[in-house]
Amino acid sequence: MKEQSRLSLGIDIGSTTAKVVVVEDRKIIFEKYQRHFSQVRQKTLELLKEAAAQVGDRTFTAAVSGSAGLGLAQNAGVPFVQEVFATAEVVKRLQPDASAVIELGGEDAKIIFFDGGIDERMNGSCAGGTGAFIDQMAMLLDVTADELDALSLQSTRLYPIASRCGVFAKTDVQPLLNQGAKHADVAASIYQAVVNQTIAGLAQGRRITGKVLFLGGPLYYCKGLRIRFQETLKLPDENAVFPEYGRFAVAMGAALYAESSGGVYTIEALTEKLENSAGTRSEANLLPPLFASEAEYEGFRARHAAAGVAAQELADYTGRAWLGIDCGSTTTKVVLLSEDKKLLYTYYSSNRGDPVEIVREQLEKIYRQCGDRVTICGSAVTGYGEELIKAAFGVDRGVVETIAHYTAAKYFCPQVDFILDIGGQDIKCFKIKNGAIDSIMLNEACSSGCGSFIETFARSMGCGVAEFAEKGLHSTAPVNLGSRCTVFMNSSVKQSQKDGATVEDISAGLSVSVVKNAIYKVIRAGSASELGEHVVVQGGTFYNDAVLRAFEMELGKDVIRPAIAGLMGAYGAALYAMDLRESKLISQKALQNFVHTAKAATCQGCTNHCRLTVNSFGGSKKFISGNQCQKGLGQAAAKELPNLYAWKRDTLGALESGAEVRGVIGLPLALGMYELLPLWHAFFTRLGFRVEVSGFSSRRIYEKGQFSIPSDTACYPAKIMHGHMELLLEKNVDAIFYPCLTYNVDEREGDNHYNCPVVAYYSELLHGNMDDLEQTYFLYPFLNINNKRELSKELFACLTPVFPDIGKKDVRKAVDYAFSAYEAHMLAVRKHGEQAVAWARRHGKRIMILAGRPYHIDPEIGHGIDKLASSLGFVVVSEDSVCHLADPVPVHVLNQWTYHARLYRAARYACEHPDVQLVQLVSFGCGVDAITTDEVRRILEDAGKLYTQIKIDEITNLGAVKIRLRSLIGALEEKGV
Amino acid sequence: MTDREKGYVVFTKEMKETHTILVPNMLPMHFKIIGKVMEKEGYKVELLETSGPQIAETGLKYVHNDTCYPAILVIGQFIDALQSGKYDPDKVALILFQTGGGCRASNYIHLLRKALEKAGLGHVPVISLSMTGLEKHPGFRLTLPVLQKMMYGVLYGDLLMSLVNQCKPYELEKGSAQKLAGRWTERLAREMSSGGCKYRRVLANYRRILDSFAAIPARKSEKVMVGVVGEIYVKYSPLGNNNLEQFLVDEGAEVVIPGLLDFCLYCVYNNMLDNKLYGLQKKTQLLYRAAYKFLLDKERDLIETVAAHGKFSPPTLFTHTVALVQGTISMGVKMGEGWLLTAEMLELADKGVSNIVCTQPFGCLPNHICGKGMMKPIKAQNPDINIVAIDYDAGATRVNQENRLKLMLANARQKLQETPVFPRQSAAQIIPKAV
Repeated sequence: MKEQSRLSLGIDIGSTTAKVVVVEDRKIIFEKYQRHFSQVRQKTLELLKEAAAQVGDRTFTAAVSGSAGLGLAQNAGVPFVQEVFATAEVVKRLQPDASAVIELGGEDAKIIFFDGGIDERMNGSCAGGTGAFIDQMAMLLDVTADELDALSLQSTRLYPIASRCGVFAKTDVQPLLNQGAKHADVAASIYQAVVNQTIAGLAQGRRITGKVLFLGGPLYYCKGLRIRFQETLKLPDENAVFPEYGRFAVAMGAALYAESSGGVYTIEALTEKLENSAGTRSEANLLPPLFASEAEYEGFRARHAAAGVAAQELADYTGRAWLGIDCGSTTTKVVLLSEDKKLLYTYYSSNRGDPVEIVREQLEKIYRQCGDRVTICGSAVTGYGEELIKAAFGVDRGVVETIAHYTAAKYFCPQVDFILDIGGQDIKCFKIKNGAIDSIMLNEACSSGCGSFIETFARSMGCGVAEFAEKGLHSTAPVNLGSRCTVFMNSSVKQSQKDGATVEDISAGLSVSVVKNAIYKVIRAGSASELGEHVVVQGGTFYNDAVLRAFEMELGKDVIRPAIAGLMGAYGAALYAMDLRESKLISQKALQNFVHTAKAATCQGCTNHCRLTVNSFGGSKKFISGNQCQKGLGQAAAKELPNLYAWKRDTLGALESGAEVRGVIGLPLALGMYELLPLWHAFFTRLGFRVEVSGFSSRRIYEKGQFSIPSDTACYPAKIMHGHMELLLEKNVDAIFYPCLTYNVDEREGDNHYNCPVVAYYSELLHGNMDDLEQTYFLYPFLNINNKRELSKELFACLTPVFPDIGKKDVRKAVDYAFSAYEAHMLAVRKHGEQAVAWARRHGKRIMILAGRPYHIDPEIGHGIDKLASSLGFVVVSEDSVCHLADPVPVHVLNQWTYHARLYRAARYACEHPDVQLVQLVSFGCGVDAITTDEVRRILEDAGKLYTQIKIDEITNLGAVKIRLRSLIGALEEKGV
Repeated sequence: MTDREKGYVVFTKEMKETHTILVPNMLPMHFKIIGKVMEKEGYKVELLETSGPQIAETGLKYVHNDTCYPAILVIGQFIDALQSGKYDPDKVALILFQTGGGCRASNYIHLLRKALEKAGLGHVPVISLSMTGLEKHPGFRLTLPVLQKMMYGVLYGDLLMSLVNQCKPYELEKGSAQKLAGRWTERLAREMSSGGCKYRRVLANYRRILDSFAAIPARKSEKVMVGVVGEIYVKYSPLGNNNLEQFLVDEGAEVVIPGLLDFCLYCVYNNMLDNKLYGLQKKTQLLYRAAYKFLLDKERDLIETVAAHGKFSPPTLFTHTVALVQGTISMGVKMGEGWLLTAEMLELADKGVSNIVCTQPFGCLPNHICGKGMMKPIKAQNPDINIVAIDYDAGATRVNQENRLKLMLANARQKLQETPVFPRQSAAQIIPKAV
């Protein structure tokens, strides 16, 4: 028989792209790479058709790979090979000297290590930092992915951007843009975030060295990303390999697999198999349609058409007018109102990454249309960009978003008692009681069901937002997509598409998800009656009738959606300005000479070195952002208010390191050490050790240790621990000490006195994952801190193997000494708490209990929120400095953690004093806080207090936090507190 | 003291007569037999066997969405049942196990009560089943002999589960092992409720069970062995892990899941360690030591019986598991599954089961340390080991999970098979397209 040439076909269908290669006698004769816009089957068939030109009617072997290929292969009965597995096989053949592979795909990130036994890793379920993330970020900057890359090459500096997931990063990027940071720098910073995410999420204790191969679409196309990787990993050119076949490695692996394990087909046969592979949808995952009948739909439309606003043409108007601007996270809105509150002019558009320019254009247009007939008597601005726009154009007033929205809603429906606003980035809910805002709920950083989320999906399916919404209304069987973050949602959508869901069904399903997210995750309501009688919904997202309808269905009642749902912030701002008679807004003439430049700078005010963006608007007008405090702004620092967080930092920072008699002990200043440093410091100095404390954290410290983090969903305060250990290793200490404390100090408050599992046992994890700790003695004994005798015994047993000349008695004495130091410290904390409170009362200042854990005083973990609160006029105290002033609270949870028991008592203290507010700091990933937040909120709300929660992670930008705190102040002022 | 002062609705003596106690489903076979033990004591018991997406939905509605997935499922299952109309809400009580450990699982019961309150079902009593006696319910008392019988239920359950797993991949008639286990569960449950649970009888039953499973027509072939460890609920409950066991069996693997008895031993052992490490629990030491000895003896008997029978692989003795973990993680790590999780991975490796799925709810705190945090040291000791960590969550999708499982399975098969799934390296080389 004549030897036929061997033909093999590999199909790789990832989350966003489809790749096909045809290999003939081991040579690639056809390759094609294309986005599939979730039309997985159709795109694959198209690619096959193109391949047919090379293949003809010959038979070949074929196999499928890729995350979206999994279902397709299953349904069609075509052999499947897992993509990481396939990649490894290809690399073994083409680059046998590679020691590691980094592959980024649309939604997955993978690392393969070859040295010392093959080790393959994929990102977990919660991880951004992939192609889809880059696309999303490009969209925020209003550029294409290629343009983003080109921009990144011109960068001069990097901003820290949270890299855990796309939603977080967005929270960092958006304010940077709104504050005028250079797009080139933002672009490069986005790439750096991808690099950090890949390393922190996947390296898990293995150093990426030797020859590294970079594969996958994003690394093929983005030159800037390559540079960031190479620099971060410190790879010399010969060890950073970006092969030409990078995009096709998986498809090549599938073709290779097909040679020995694939199916045998002709193009025609394979096409037929794929065509007949449509999956079946399971009934269980369907939701009822949004409208049962056409009549119901008509009724819905008619009802909402009634909530209109009177308008008048600006061209026909003469007289006074007031201007409202809402510079939101993704959109900018402008409204001009007449004397009788008619709409003269409205504008709603995406920021396109440059809100200043947009507002300038709008002002120019308004002035032109106003001519001499209309005088602008007052102006107000609200939203993320409030301060920037105010500074740039001399807007008369800034108003916090919540107040602006309430002002607008009240005008619409005077009895309103609940407002839900879903904007591009935020969900805001307010309850109104007795004419004042009674409680405010905002979405946390990790719940993305907002407008931009639907927009992203609409675009990825090739629709406009309006068209997408319209389609949703007519879905007969909406898919149930759950109510979680974008990353999860992407895979849910993909799965349902594979099961045959239409764009209509997905649109309707997403609407339901957004609504459920708002009701159950943000508002945490169990039933419709909890919301109120008169519900007003607003925000751009509610233009989407599918979302509106889904909301009404979920609540089981009708709500009011003003026709200007998306303009309510600007409308409220304009109303807010209406008592003004003369405006200082930039004049038409001055506007013609308006210039805006943004420059990066580093603040030298303190050791924190905030990265600033300096916006200049011609002449001496300037606006600086990125600062955590007022110090570097060149303003005379206001007299500093008492701040327990600052006091604690000063006190811990001032501990003397002691004389070196026996040796040097390193103490990492992280997690529980923030509480017990005075104790351990005293213990070791007393024993004759010089104590090296790793010091306060910084972003740089985090990055130093991020490669050895095995579980990237742990909280930031834990992950930063790795950097502290690295730092101590650099200091060449004789031993590092961080004990395992199952039980914390027993303050006799609750049912038990545990530490959380992470604080208690993180040392075990460090020991297991940081190889370098072998260079020193890492001491992490299990201790009973509530019994001095036991403790002395345990400490002696732990220390003698390393420092044999320490006597039992020395230890015993040092323990006694340590406890008196600790008790003195805690006493001082409480005393300073009392003094701060007394000072505040003497000077008529508001008091804020910034309630978190001891480690939240860290400037990096707490992001300087205490300083921000201080600058807003609060006297800041910590939970542990005032909890002794209130009696223990009966709680409806198992009160079994020492740190958390303090929270409940501090909350009670806030309840008992009208001038005290409590703001709870919550670290992302803190499982314990899922329990404490609800309970603290209950304690406060039962007493009629406002509950404010701030979720923090790696996010460094304080924009959202500021809005939250200012909303609190606004609400307090309205209540007259 | 009134219920209000106590902060919870008490399960009274009268309720024992009138109320049906609903039991969440985690291990169907174990819980069915244990339920019968309780019925024998005069309780009305019903095991919830519901499934479907509405359970998680209901959970998300009433529980803080950042809480761990098992809480969302268990509470969702309860409330879904109460709202189904099948039960009279005035004649129902719920029961939950409470360890009192430092992980948030000890708070499930409080989250359940909060959820009930929110759903307008605040009057439904919730019984806390705990060893440390965190709460008092006059209508619910477990005497030592009852606890002993319940332990027999655990032993039966573990044996049946292990045998099903050992037979399933090889049975000639699909479903025969599962069916047999079902029949045994019924039979043992009946026996429990008719009072016949002398230990001699239990031992005899072991042998009968072994014989009957040995008689299932099967064809032995070499299969990929996959161990499953993790947070207790998602490890066992098909509702929690998207039917992981079935997925693995369908992929042609033999599943190995360490039993529930190890977890019981672990709980008792930790209380002994509290004494050894910190000088705590002095008064109760005798009790714990007695319980430990009892459980360990029972485990040893089970192992010996299985070994003597000769056809199936027996579980590992707890003391051996304990020995294996020394030097990798301290046994002071006792929150959640704690050191036992690490130990079970080492135990599997020791048995030659080098492919492991480590399951956890998304964001599980203890598993950061004893699951994902210990993989590096475990790999260092067992270079051949092939572990995949899978997160379970209301929003996580099957595609994402299955793709990662497939990677683990692909590597497992590659290692197992004589003929590689890829062409031999020397024989195959792809030349990239010239630029």
